[in-house]
Amino acid sequence: MSPSIIAGFVGAGLVGIGLYALIVNPEPLRKLLAFNVIGNGVFLVFGIVSRRGAIAGFPFDPVPQAMVITGIVVAFAASALAVALMLRLAEEAGRVTLEADKSTKPDEGARSP
Amino acid sequence: MTLFEALDLGLAAIVLGVAAWTVAVREVFSAVIGYVAYGLLLAIVWVRLYAPDVALTEAAIGGGVTGVLLLTASARLSRLPAPDAAPSAGLKIAAAALAFLVAGALAAAVVYLPDPAPSLAAAADENLAATGLGNAVTAVLIAYRSFDTMLEKVVLVLAVVGVWSVAPDRVWGGAPAALGPATPDAALVFLARMLAPIGLVIGVQIFWVGADEPGGAFQGGAILAAMWMIVMMARLTEPPRIGSGWLRLGLIAGPAIFLLIGLAGPFMAGSFLAFPAGFAKPLILFIEAFMVLSIAVTLPLLVAGSPSREAGE
Repeated sequence: MSPSIIAGFVGAGLVGIGLYALIVNPEPLRKLLAFNVIGNGVFLVFGIVSRRGAIAGFPFDPVPQAMVITGIVVAFAASALAVALMLRLAEEAGRVTLEADKSTKPDEGARSP
Repeated sequence: MTLFEALDLGLAAIVLGVAAWTVAVREVFSAVIGYVAYGLLLAIVWVRLYAPDVALTEAAIGGGVTGVLLLTASARLSRLPAPDAAPSAGLKIAAAALAFLVAGALAAAVVYLPDPAPSLAAAADENLAATGLGNAVTAVLIAYRSFDTMLEKVVLVLAVVGVWSVAPDRVWGGAPAALGPATPDAALVFLARMLAPIGLVIGVQIFWVGADEPGGAFQGGAILAAMWMIVMMARLTEPPRIGSGWLRLGLIAGPAIFLLIGLAGPFMAGSFLAFPAGFAKPLILFIEAFMVLSIAVTLPLLVAGSPSREAGE
């Protein structure tokens, strides 16, 4: 078994762990963390594509690697934006939750007489 | 089984174990610490995949900077009440089944990848001499797929604009809240004083050698960003006002220079973002230098978050 295949299974496992945590954890910050774990898993699977693209004299295909580097930076930017939204929500509402409470249901206004 | 195979299996078990612990542990703070450790372990997996450039990025940005971001967020959110509803057992079982299914499908996809694998390595290697670079990954980033990289810099600027714009109107132009405690630990202050100058040199070095060896603008810039953040966490300096002209200039310098040189491409070399023969390497390093500056400014600003103090304060 080559090292690249093992890392591919790690990537698949990380996607599974992250997906489970994303659904089960109610706290938004934990969901963000889980989402990052899914992202890492996807990057690792893509890393296998790079490693398997090795040809004479080149131990890897540089194109997927460059795309993963771009991906890591963009993932960080998206996480920072998510954190900013959470902090603002906390400041405004005093709590951070994804549960719809009565006053924020979009159809509340339409139903009231 | 050779020694390296055993090490790979052990590493895989540790990475998956730490990831599972990170998502399962009760306190958010512990989860974030676990995530940082997991990011560093992941970097070792990337080294084993012959991807030192990705490993450096993962360690610096995936583990380090994201860790500080989540740590700061968990500290700022810790005063809030915990969410009331725990998920039901049925939901947990359904989620576990879905996660197994997706992970299994991905693992199967990894096993049944096409053989021989498609590869652009030959094409990348063929034209490497024309760029004057020795590191194929840097060549892909700045020369072959330069449009992607330029747009990614624009995404970073947009993220900063997004983070700033969730602030209330009255603090617009003000500074984000301090990153560290009011009276930081003496050890942290000492560390910031000792490490920052050394980190500065290492960051610039990693950018400079990135042309030919593993490294590059992202990795070097991320290290410089980390140095600025540790100095801010030790309260040796405060986050800058977002209204500052110099700050905004530093923020857009990278994408702006990239775009200007790209627009000069049609006159110098015949197409947008093309580099004239013989001048490719100096131009690439010139663009990268400004990208390093922009990354070093952008990442700490994203971590510091929205402004929360009024401009006069």
